[in-house]
Amino acid sequence: MFKTLKRSAAGAAVPHEKGTAGMQTVQMPVPKEVLIPLQMHIGAPAEPVVQKGDSVKVGTLIGKAGGFVSANIHASVSGTVKAIEDVRMVHGVMAKAVRIESDGLQTPDPACVPPTVTDKASLLAAIQGCGLVGVGGAGFPTHVKLAANVDTLLINGAECEPYLTTDAREMLECSDTIIAGIEAVMKYCEIPTCIIGIERNKPECIDLMCSLTRDMKGVSVKPLPMRYPQGAEKTLIESCTGREVPQFNDAGKPGLPADAGCIVMNVTSVSTLGKYLRTGMPLVAKRLTVEGDAIAKPQNIEVPIGTMYADVIEACGGIKEGVHLGKVIFGGPMMGGAAPSANFPVLKQNNGLLLFSKEKAALPDPNPCIRCGRCIKGCPMGLEPVTIVEAFNRKDFDGLKARCVDLCVACGSCTYVCPAKRLVSQNMALAKAWYLAEVRKGGK
Amino acid sequence: MDERLLVTASPHIRDNTTTAGLMGWVLVSLLPCTVAAAMIFGWRALLLIAVTVFACVAFEYLWCLLLKKPIPVRDLSACVTGVILAMNMPVGMPLWIAVIGAFVAIIITKQLWGGIGFNFANPALVGRIVLFLGFAPRMTAYVYPRTAHDALAGATPLAASVDRSAVSILDVFLGVHGGMLGETCALACLAGLAILLYVGVIDAWIPCSIIGSAFVFTLLITGDLHVTLVEMCAGGLLFGAVFMATDYVTSPLTAKGKLIYGIFIGLAAVLIRHFGSMNEGMSFAILLGNIITCLLNQYVHQTPLGYKKPQKAKKGKKAAAAKEPAAAQGGAK
Repeated sequence: MFKTLKRSAAGAAVPHEKGTAGMQTVQMPVPKEVLIPLQMHIGAPAEPVVQKGDSVKVGTLIGKAGGFVSANIHASVSGTVKAIEDVRMVHGVMAKAVRIESDGLQTPDPACVPPTVTDKASLLAAIQGCGLVGVGGAGFPTHVKLAANVDTLLINGAECEPYLTTDAREMLECSDTIIAGIEAVMKYCEIPTCIIGIERNKPECIDLMCSLTRDMKGVSVKPLPMRYPQGAEKTLIESCTGREVPQFNDAGKPGLPADAGCIVMNVTSVSTLGKYLRTGMPLVAKRLTVEGDAIAKPQNIEVPIGTMYADVIEACGGIKEGVHLGKVIFGGPMMGGAAPSANFPVLKQNNGLLLFSKEKAALPDPNPCIRCGRCIKGCPMGLEPVTIVEAFNRKDFDGLKARCVDLCVACGSCTYVCPAKRLVSQNMALAKAWYLAEVRKGGK
Repeated sequence: MDERLLVTASPHIRDNTTTAGLMGWVLVSLLPCTVAAAMIFGWRALLLIAVTVFACVAFEYLWCLLLKKPIPVRDLSACVTGVILAMNMPVGMPLWIAVIGAFVAIIITKQLWGGIGFNFANPALVGRIVLFLGFAPRMTAYVYPRTAHDALAGATPLAASVDRSAVSILDVFLGVHGGMLGETCALACLAGLAILLYVGVIDAWIPCSIIGSAFVFTLLITGDLHVTLVEMCAGGLLFGAVFMATDYVTSPLTAKGKLIYGIFIGLAAVLIRHFGSMNEGMSFAILLGNIITCLLNQYVHQTPLGYKKPQKAKKGKKAAAAKEPAAAQGGAK
């Protein structure tokens, strides 16, 4: 009761729609062509190291990290480089991309051998080499994250977005590499504790992880309540450890999980690390949940990175007969983006492709705010969206600062719960962008 | 595949809750009170409710038509205002006065301020207060319920002349005494509260804090549990706490604000009842609560995840240190 008075943070009771959770992952037939952008991560874009006409194999380095906060990019099919071109990415910015024509053989590059890891430095070098980024959606380079000194490793298996079941499948199908990844990170980064957080709607994953980690020292599984956004980094840290990521760290910068002594890794990220340490094959393929009411055969499908959405849709039986496709969403329905067409490549951090019919895609018209406070009750960060949007409409810098608009994680809960169907989180995003721009200008 | 796709910012799905849905649940939760009013006061209660609801909806419709605004009648908020306003009248109220009440509620209190979401006070409440002040003899002409056992049941148990320690708790709990349509039956109000809480239309903060604080303060003043319980059930306290103080627009946004608001209303109601010149203070107490709501929204806030109180000047932010830390951070403790 007192906790509710301090901060309700109830989140949103989103539907689960995890119809694909029980389906074995399907391997996608090799596409004729892939388009691999050299910017699939937060940070500097990678520099191309191949030229038109070069022949590449699966795992061949094609883009070299352009700095410390950057990641290597590898070929996901074997074949010939057709072009290195500038393409418009799905979120609107331009980026260099490598177009590779596949020979259909998927020959692995013989240079892909398991790395020798002896200490933290060599582990981080290996991770940077394999191009691992936070594949849960953020795309933050993993070696940067792991460089911090912390006491707790959190493995994020919450998968709170509706529809998506890729992490659940990863836990069921690749539990051994998850464990291998956790062991490596704990050993070389000298992290004594590891907590695997899994939402209660995946009981079989919880059981499996519990049985596998029973004899591991310092590793525990934490079943989490079913609420969105349970898997948001800061919410996960609070639910698993009770710690709060500070708004600002001691240096006055926005707080990171490391400031609360934690590193959060997605289960699929840690599993990819485990696979790389075992086989030496970098991150070249990604499991996608293809779902929605417009797709003929919803399923989990493993696709080479750079495959076009259209090819993935075709591999899943195409659009349902008689259904008008209304929206293509990459990622989950709460935080994923809507694509203007199906001609965009699958990126490292994509984990879902949702196809909504016109009816399902239609959104209700906004009505006047009735000040019910549901957005405030739902905000996982304990913010007050209605107050923040009002302050933003007044361009009230001090008001936004006092209400901590910079803490907004853009989870979309406030828009989801709004009975007046207002675009609350969209306005929150505008407010945050405006506020941060003003701060950069020197704070008015 | 070559069809035009919809591109919008996330999230791409929405809850099923709508404004009209919430208002519909409020109407459902008012049903027990409506049934109780019809049983206690007879069929004219239903006529009065029907006329008031019709008048409220008609005023809202005509006003928006006149101003060429979108017609908001379908959100059912005018219906809710109408039912609640009728519940605040005695059964013998002339129908033309009821229409005046509807005019004050919908046009003066709601639409002149900008319609739903912008009114500073609960429309039905202002309607009631205007009728109470303007037509006092008629508003207090409590009619004897059909089922009254004895003469005592005719007057409201809050009247100064009534010895409240002799009133049966069962009678006030079931509402077999004089009073406004909706307020007399405590059982029906509690049933309405149960519905509202069950479907999640309101939180328990406001009704519980009002009833709790009124109980504690009445007990402190009277020192008699029986009298306190009678006072809890009689008059508009329960009806106001459940249906009128919980109006979204005019109550605070945060849980902490709601708690303070409720305690304030409970205290104000008890003070007016015991030390004011009126027998009944709930409507004025809620109006005072409505007025402090904007203050509570400004100064009482949740603590965001990871928020730390800025230590004096530095450390708070890379932007310029807060000029008036006390005022800016006053509520964010």
